[in-house]
Amino acid sequence: MNRKTTMLLMLLLALSIIVFLILNLILGTVNIPVGDVIDILLGNHDNNKIWTNIVMKSRLPQSLTAVMAGAGLAVSGLLMQTVFRNPLAGPSVLGISSGASLGVACVVLLSGSIGGVALSKLGVIGEVTITLSAIIGSLLIMALIAFVAQKVKGNVTLLIMGVMIGYIANAIIGVLKFFSAEEDIRAYVIWGLGSFSRVSGGQTTIFVVLMLILLPTSFFLIKTLNLLLLGDSYARNLGLNIKRARLLVIGCSGVLVAVVTAYCGPIVFLGLAVPHICRGLFHTSNHATILPASLLGGASLALLCNLIARLPGFEGALPVNSVTALVGAPVVMWVLFNKRKNEI
Amino acid sequence: MKYKEETIRIIDLETGYHSKKGTTVITTGISASLYSGELTCLLGPNGAGKSTLLKTLTAFLPPLKGEICIQHKSLAEYSDAELSKVIGVVLTEKLNLINMSVEELVEMGRSPYTGFWGHMNETDRRIVSESITLVGIDHLKERMIQTLSDGERQKVMIAKALAQETPVIFLDEPTAFLDYPSKVEIMQLLQRLAREKGKTVFLSIHDLELALQIADKVWLLDRPHGVTIGTPEDLALNGDMGKYFHRDGVEFEHERGLFKICHKIDKTVKLIGEGAKFNMVKKALARQGIGINTNDVTSNDIIIEIADDGYLYNGEKAVSIEILLDMLNDSI
Repeated sequence: MNRKTTMLLMLLLALSIIVFLILNLILGTVNIPVGDVIDILLGNHDNNKIWTNIVMKSRLPQSLTAVMAGAGLAVSGLLMQTVFRNPLAGPSVLGISSGASLGVACVVLLSGSIGGVALSKLGVIGEVTITLSAIIGSLLIMALIAFVAQKVKGNVTLLIMGVMIGYIANAIIGVLKFFSAEEDIRAYVIWGLGSFSRVSGGQTTIFVVLMLILLPTSFFLIKTLNLLLLGDSYARNLGLNIKRARLLVIGCSGVLVAVVTAYCGPIVFLGLAVPHICRGLFHTSNHATILPASLLGGASLALLCNLIARLPGFEGALPVNSVTALVGAPVVMWVLFNKRKNEI
Repeated sequence: MKYKEETIRIIDLETGYHSKKGTTVITTGISASLYSGELTCLLGPNGAGKSTLLKTLTAFLPPLKGEICIQHKSLAEYSDAELSKVIGVVLTEKLNLINMSVEELVEMGRSPYTGFWGHMNETDRRIVSESITLVGIDHLKERMIQTLSDGERQKVMIAKALAQETPVIFLDEPTAFLDYPSKVEIMQLLQRLAREKGKTVFLSIHDLELALQIADKVWLLDRPHGVTIGTPEDLALNGDMGKYFHRDGVEFEHERGLFKICHKIDKTVKLIGEGAKFNMVKKALARQGIGINTNDVTSNDIIIEIADDGYLYNGEKAVSIEILLDMLNDSI
């Protein structure tokens, strides 16, 4: 694929983000005309108070969250697929999302049964606590994975270790649930459904800023990632410190998942699907192309999924995870079917 | 051609690896040198420690004992980054890589020289294109790695090693998985690189005949004997070659310096004639376990005569060796 086509496709992806973003702002249980949405965005708040509230307080934060979360998960998935040299690697596989869930479960479920405080009723403080516990939980699991990565040689071994750690985390969550009040379990289950709309007000700004810092960091890894594609021996012979490279890539990818999961809950499939879709679109494994492509593609697909979840009739009740799986899985299958053999 | 220089000196090297069960020593007491402009082949039966030795020389494995000096500096003192400009490797393992063009892959060879972002400057581009031309794969430049044949892919990896601009190139069985013409092509290419570019080329190989015809030096590796080094011709003359590869049914021909499969002879016939046809009939008969009787003919001997338009079997005509052998088998 030549440079021109690559640039054109990249531009189309960027354009799709803008289109889906606008559609996200217009469509919903209440349809707001484009003109009015633009007016509201430009700061003319006086036309319709309700519309202004809907756009500024609900739809815009939700859309921005979707953009950042989608981009973060897709980049994270790409990094994992490269470092583990496994097309099935994704953010949820290494147990990092499970770590976040464990963190949240510990705080939500234990605060009720031990502390006697129902966190689910504490409002903003409760939300911040949940976010922090998710980040701490996933970072702890990630530190464990990084430690294991130093000790074991094979990437497949490491991958299986991650899956096992995930199982253990889920088992502990199961035990915690058993001892918890029904109200707390409900709060935990809702978090576990995943949603772009839970992040509200000031927290959206924090999330967006955090992601704006973290996402560009992954671009520093392009050369390392390309070398990792050649396999450990060749990469080492070309001067790459394998252990450090693995640690950096797993670290970067882990932090991205941790932050996204903390704010949105576990979102499935985006991280796994988007890199495959982008490889299918761009016909390259070069990270200089596929990394920005995944970033844009992830944002675009997350917006599309969010849009579908909010289609009239679902009334915002459809969990975004169902949509990401329903949209993502067939697309991946389509990409795989259309590949020539040996291209996995 | 550049003047022959010692690039690598190995002093009393012991290779092997540490594991939880203790230390396993594979080869011991190796002292040798490798020279620029020379193609050196590492030969030895499976399990002799060829791969371990190569891994130790490329610093993938630390030596158990002894020292390896590359360009008068100990291998242990090189950093990963420095080493990547001294040693280039081509491995047996198949690349698990798709959707990357040949050119992009060869460009990876420039990684030790490019900066943080891996950006290629004019010099890098020139060296990449020179490497591609030198290996003779200009026509493959745009092709994706997964569409190449094994031989073509091997050439791409050699081009990568060239782009790395290292004085030393190590190759682990570069001819494995290739068909015979490709094997010859790869070996000739490596020999040319050693000659023209003054590279030190060291490779492990299983194809004896090929190695003995092309290698400047041969290292014979065997667990009980250690390593024996010399030109293929010297090793043939002093009998080392025969000693190393002696097995039932294989014979080392000293005059030609090559190996030959020997057949057990349990019967003889008289063969009359000369030239190519004579030699071919002799070869075909040997395969059947039939030797040539050069003594005087006795009455019950089988006589085969080479004729202008075929072969005469006890006076009966056969148009091809196949028919001749059939007639022979019928009578026995």
